[in-house]
Amino acid sequence: MKHWWKFLAVALLLTASIAGLRVPLAPDLVHVSPDRIAPGEITVTVTGYNTDFTADERVFLENDGQRVCATSVRVIDGTHLTASFNVPTGMRKNLTDVVVSGLRYDGALFTEALGEGIASGNCVEGHLANSGFVFPNRPILYESIRNLHFHVPMWFAMITLMAISVVFSIMTLATNSLRYDGSAVNAVYVGLVFCSLGLITGAIWARATWGAFWTNDVKLNGAAVTALIYLAYLVLRGSVPDAHKRARLAAIYNIFAFVLLVLFLFVVPRLNAVDSLHPGNGGNSPFSDLDLDKRLRMVFYPAVLGWILLGVWMFNLRDRAARLAEQLDR
Amino acid sequence: MRTAEILNVLRLEIALDLRQRAAWGGMLLYVVSAVYVCHLAVKSGLGTATWNALFWIILLFAAFNALSRSFQREDAGRQLYLHTLVDPRNLVLARTLYNAVTMVVLSLLSLLFYSLFLGSDVLAKADLAQFLLAVVLGGVGFAAVLTLISAIAARAGNGIGLMAILGFPIVLPMLLALLRASKLALDGVAWSVTSTYFGGLVLLDVITVTLAWLLFPYLWRD
Repeated sequence: MKHWWKFLAVALLLTASIAGLRVPLAPDLVHVSPDRIAPGEITVTVTGYNTDFTADERVFLENDGQRVCATSVRVIDGTHLTASFNVPTGMRKNLTDVVVSGLRYDGALFTEALGEGIASGNCVEGHLANSGFVFPNRPILYESIRNLHFHVPMWFAMITLMAISVVFSIMTLATNSLRYDGSAVNAVYVGLVFCSLGLITGAIWARATWGAFWTNDVKLNGAAVTALIYLAYLVLRGSVPDAHKRARLAAIYNIFAFVLLVLFLFVVPRLNAVDSLHPGNGGNSPFSDLDLDKRLRMVFYPAVLGWILLGVWMFNLRDRAARLAEQLDR
Repeated sequence: MRTAEILNVLRLEIALDLRQRAAWGGMLLYVVSAVYVCHLAVKSGLGTATWNALFWIILLFAAFNALSRSFQREDAGRQLYLHTLVDPRNLVLARTLYNAVTMVVLSLLSLLFYSLFLGSDVLAKADLAQFLLAVVLGGVGFAAVLTLISAIAARAGNGIGLMAILGFPIVLPMLLALLRASKLALDGVAWSVTSTYFGGLVLLDVITVTLAWLLFPYLWRD
């Protein structure tokens, strides 16, 4: 089976794309109203996301480890419920959490008057019905977390193709022949396709989470420099008419630029890792910190491998087509 | 690597530059004009960040202007003649060295004019030794990157335009590191903090020169 890796690519991409788009987010609480409480009888409305509330949800308030159990809970539908409490006087902290069957909304309620503490109720923790295979539900990210399986693999595929191109460039210099030059430039073309896709998916994600299509970020500078370097590579090729000279000059530029690019992408960000908005940089938690991150990884790694294989496949097709066209010209 | 050969090429470069003194005058005038344009455009006092950014932008353009001559000024005949005399690796080392010295001198002169026209208040609270080190490392770094690029552009037979297109994206990483290091130096941050940046810059310079040394012989083969 010579073409097994193509079947693997299709299988991986199909699984990763379907899972990436279809797997639901973990249930979480998204809204609590009102946002202020005072001692006495109150009723709180809780809105969940993907929660599927049932009649026996356990609801309580928690303030500095001390709990107030709900006197009654009424489920409106799968994502809405109301709970009544008898709020005592003398809570120790201003902010009170709302907990519904193990889901916690931090600092949902604000209390003005503070005191020495309350008698903690002995409330039942409760657990939401197990919702199966889910992605983490994170503030700011929410549903856009799925983009992880599309945006990040693009850069993996691109850097793989650029590395392939550099290998062909080294072979061009080593053999002093035109045989490998075409492959080097074809790998760059396919790599640039992935670069554009990475920029587009990144820009949309940035607009949704950070508020702007482009921000001043180490990784974005890296992407911009990469795009500029390979466009310059194509301009250089375009401006040398002699084929042998073009092959050599382009190969030299490609190697020179690639080494400096790798330094820039992987060394400089570590040097001044202070101002990146990306996960795992400048104090942001990496995705591996996310609870249930194993589930993200189970889709993410196949996606990376699938997109890399697709890139290599595209390069392979383009390269063979170029060789055939060359033979026809002769 | 033979020191005698490198020294000979250096001597040749110096002799050539002494013969065309206008070239050096041109480079200086370019910097002075750029500084004066900035002076006209800005007028009032600049903050540290802007002062720093403007300085490095001027230096970057001065480097492109100065180093584009490195290989452009040779016609094919003299190139062939040099090729028969000198090992290409020695030639590129010598040229990089000469360009580095050129850039360091030019950078320091630019700094002088720049602080004359745009005010040196910023330098008052700066760690001057660190800032000068950043300027020197920057000059060497620009020279290291742009010497090979200038050779490629000259071989492609397409002048300064191509050099800018090829050079800008490659020089950008170094520029970003320099901006950060010199900003810290201007803020008077201690060596213990900035040493990583300067170490990184030295590493970047060394790697760039090594790459140029490795790749240049292939450029010369016809």
